[in-house]
Amino acid sequence: MTTKIHQLEPRHWVAAHADYLFTYAIARINDEEQAKDLVQETFLAALQKVAKFEGKSAERTWLTAILKYKIIDLYRKKSSGLAINVDVQQAEQEQSDFFEPEYGHWNLERAPQSFGIDDHDPVVNKEFNSILQKCMQKLPALWLSVFTMKHMDDETTDVICSELKVTPSNFWVIIHRAKLNLRACLQKNWI
Amino acid sequence: MPSKKLDLTMETLKKIQNNCHKATFLIEKKLIGRITLREKIELKIHLFGCGICRTYQKQTIKISQMVRRLFSDSANSEKHLDDTFKKDLQDRIENELDKN
Repeated sequence: MTTKIHQLEPRHWVAAHADYLFTYAIARINDEEQAKDLVQETFLAALQKVAKFEGKSAERTWLTAILKYKIIDLYRKKSSGLAINVDVQQAEQEQSDFFEPEYGHWNLERAPQSFGIDDHDPVVNKEFNSILQKCMQKLPALWLSVFTMKHMDDETTDVICSELKVTPSNFWVIIHRAKLNLRACLQKNWI
Repeated sequence: MPSKKLDLTMETLKKIQNNCHKATFLIEKKLIGRITLREKIELKIHLFGCGICRTYQKQTIKISQMVRRLFSDSANSEKHLDDTFKKDLQDRIENELDKN
């Protein structure tokens, strides 16, 4: 039995994989310019690694792995430094009055109420998707990264924690807060 | 092993019934991970008496489905780079290759 050894053909990368990688990036960072940069960086980084390619994976798989690493790197950059503290603080402030401080009961003014999402299936609703997207973009960068890795690629909690450098308990707090904010935003903006 | 028994004094019960913050946390944790048996019981007790959190649970499950759907839609709808960008990229790659 022979195992297929994959070859790299850098001169065909753009034609064969550029759109695929662009789509992959945009789905995960939702920013065209940044996605373009990432595709370019991926090819250039890949050229440096051609000699190390062992042929065990298909060319596209190998390129995608490089891109994925770059996306996570970008997540990390976006959610570190000063900016993170400001956007996380803002988001936390928004939800500080979701619950009564003493026992943690819902503050009735901010409590979930039934809205459009309950009676019909908004999955098919284009308008709803655009509201959903806007609400997701309002989440702090770190929360959105955690959220995307979990819901887009079904990464395990361990992977997300180690890649984004959050503790497991902080991971659950982020998932909870992101969902609380997202739900509140949807209720508020539902037409 | 009586020490591990779930202690359901009126005081704990009251705390569980009032703690929507914790209940929503457990709902989220259960959605993508595991919660302990004790947490499951607490959540059941809470949801039994709390209509708001039952609404929350229904909505959050639906939101998760929609988020996944949105992500998979965007992953499956192919985007195209413009030709100028592609040409520049191609030139850069050729340049790098010719250097070696």
